[in-house]
Amino acid sequence: MEVADINKPLTHRNKIHPKLFALWISFASIIMMFGALTSAYIVKSAAGNWLEYQLPTQFFYSTGVILLCSLTLHISFSSFVKEKEWMYKSMLLLSFVLGISFVVIQYYGWQSLYAHGVDLKASISGSFMYLITGLHAIHILAGVTAMVVAIIHAFSLPFVVTEKRKLRFRLVCHYWHFVDFLWIYLFGFLMFYK
Amino acid sequence: MAHVTIDQNDTEAALIEATGYDDHFHEHHHGDKYQSGFIGHYIFSMDHKIIARQFLITGIFWALIGAAMSIVFRLQLGFPEADLTWIKPILGKWIVVNDGIGSLSQEFYYALVTMHGTILVFFVLTAGLSGTFSNLLIPLQLGARDMASPFLNMLSYWFFFLAGVVMFYSLFLSTGPFSGGWTAYPPLSALPQASTGSGTGMTLWLVSLTLFVVSVLLGGINYITTVLNLRTKGMSMWRMPLPIWAFFVTAILGLLSFPVLASGFFMLMMDRGLGTSFFLNEIFINGQALDRVGGSPVLYQHLFWFLGHPEVYIIILPAMGIVSEVLSVHARKPIFGYTAMVLSILAIGFLSFIVWAHHMFMSGVNPWLSNFFVVFTLIIAVPSAVKVFNWITTLYGGNIRFNSAMLFSIGFVSMFISGGLTGIFLGNSAIDIVMHDTYFVVAHFHIVMGIAAFFGMFAGIYHWYPKMFGRFMNETLGRIHFWGTMIGAYAIFWPMHYLGMAGVPRRYYSFETFDAFKHFGPMNKFITVAAIVVFALQVLFVINFFYSIFKGKRMKTKNPYGANTLEWTTPIDAGHGNWDGKIPVVHRWAYDYGKDGKEYITQITPLEEGEVAGDH
Repeated sequence: MEVADINKPLTHRNKIHPKLFALWISFASIIMMFGALTSAYIVKSAAGNWLEYQLPTQFFYSTGVILLCSLTLHISFSSFVKEKEWMYKSMLLLSFVLGISFVVIQYYGWQSLYAHGVDLKASISGSFMYLITGLHAIHILAGVTAMVVAIIHAFSLPFVVTEKRKLRFRLVCHYWHFVDFLWIYLFGFLMFYK
Repeated sequence: MAHVTIDQNDTEAALIEATGYDDHFHEHHHGDKYQSGFIGHYIFSMDHKIIARQFLITGIFWALIGAAMSIVFRLQLGFPEADLTWIKPILGKWIVVNDGIGSLSQEFYYALVTMHGTILVFFVLTAGLSGTFSNLLIPLQLGARDMASPFLNMLSYWFFFLAGVVMFYSLFLSTGPFSGGWTAYPPLSALPQASTGSGTGMTLWLVSLTLFVVSVLLGGINYITTVLNLRTKGMSMWRMPLPIWAFFVTAILGLLSFPVLASGFFMLMMDRGLGTSFFLNEIFINGQALDRVGGSPVLYQHLFWFLGHPEVYIIILPAMGIVSEVLSVHARKPIFGYTAMVLSILAIGFLSFIVWAHHMFMSGVNPWLSNFFVVFTLIIAVPSAVKVFNWITTLYGGNIRFNSAMLFSIGFVSMFISGGLTGIFLGNSAIDIVMHDTYFVVAHFHIVMGIAAFFGMFAGIYHWYPKMFGRFMNETLGRIHFWGTMIGAYAIFWPMHYLGMAGVPRRYYSFETFDAFKHFGPMNKFITVAAIVVFALQVLFVINFFYSIFKGKRMKTKNPYGANTLEWTTPIDAGHGNWDGKIPVVHRWAYDYGKDGKEYITQITPLEEGEVAGDH
């Protein structure tokens, strides 16, 4: 994508790379989307006729998994910067496995909810639950896809630490940490908002 | 700078070469391979100038379709007994022929009204207006080679194009496109069996607008990043030309409000496809009670109008920015109250997020809560009035050039005042309860955000046409276009205020069975005739537009208007990267007109010794 660097010389004056900046701006719109859903949740639950239920234990496990994944991804990034190739590659692979496991555990969580009578259609609170966690899972899958690209880079390109590759990897990491914190917010919201 | 030769007679290029910022642009092998073939240059282009033209021409295409739709439903309203068999070759089964007399089918009337609103609001006045001019002007006026991410910029256009393809396809469905109003309120939008357009038509409407949201977000992320990160040396925020401020705030509004609409769309999709009841409660269809309970259609209205209200500022702010620039350039005067102009844009942007429920005074919203929305709505009149005052004061004592761009800018101010005043009526919940869903509302929003935004768009097209195509549009046709549209638009919408005050409801197919509204027949005829004349003038504009691309008067000098901003320092046929050689460095604000006895001083001119900067 050579054209993408058309502004490169100007960007050197900035403390933060414009692409990373653009990514952060996109977080604002994702926050607005989930903000809208959780606000609608609050408004609708205040209107009464609201089914209350316990969150499945799987969601606690998945929270642990996603936190761990952020940690391994961070280790992978700092190993990349410090040119520790083996650590970089193995931690990246581990992060990918953890990312996939998060989605799988969420799926078991949904099944457990369903088994306990919280289904998609029966109550609005259930519908909200599946919509919010489902949309979040889609954002996680986008992050996993980004990790796949990072893995392809890691194993197909010769191991050289360049600014460009650092930036690309940093974009993946920041996105992943963001969807991680987004889950912590959503999990806390679904657990504590009554 | 071995590869660049500078013509020394070209003083601007020489000045940039002497004082500019060397970013070693031509020492790199840039991505001009993307520009080499026809496809890379004109279709999957990453050059912001080409993308701007793509947005504009696609916008014109949709504007013609949307306007033609309005002519068809105006024919029904103005001449309900007329024989419409002659449109049957185009509309097919939607023209029902009885006893040799063809009339518009009722279902399709609603589909036309719905599509007219959707197309004009989203495809023309959002993508066609802000997409075109944000793309064209943000890099050019800020002194950047391109957007922060040319690739995302290209995707933004193609998502818009795809949204258009889906919507266009929906026009040809045997059940017709969606017909439940452009706001797509449930239950008409949530239940496929609710009406003919609620099935596949609504599904495609949702798909199309979801793609459109993606397009707006990709564009907006790029615009904001470019404005904050890629301004050239010396271009502080407070030296940015006003259009850039307007596009910047517009992008922020879009970025924060469209995702909320997307949330609403996802819930709507689940209600339609997965059997949830977010927006449904105790519905009867064909005498059958549905088992969908517990939801609330008003919840959708909140989510929709949380986008919907900022959306009207997404439409009008770019027009305001363009008009501010054009007025200043062609009045040969600095814009009056630059800081106040910027602050009022910011104030309007902020307030736009806390007034959405004024669209819902009749939806059973708590009247006590309504009071807050009334107050915030009326406060918007303050920054709006500041802007109007500043535009008029900029004109006052100016050495005005009455060319097409300037005429449309002045026309914009007129329309904005007329439409803005009726907004004060409607912002009051007590009056709105009476006026709600009448032609008074139709008149208000068409004048203030329809016609006014179009006038801003026309001003921008006439003004920057040479920048886009290297030629000028025909001035005589431009002036005919302006005067006809100005008078014609008032002829269409002014009488609608009277209809509205008499209580004539909007979106009705026919008033023949209403004794109270029957006698407005002649007035409706008048409106329809005016609408046809105005439509013909827009066709004239489109002919002028495309004719001038190939045959218009050539642009011979780089800065034909004597304007100060950076886009007029680029070569006439600027390639990808905008400036040959160095990037210009900015030394002053954009509005040094008539200063120290000079007619204009471009932004790249260094301050003279002892000169006090015109900005702060």
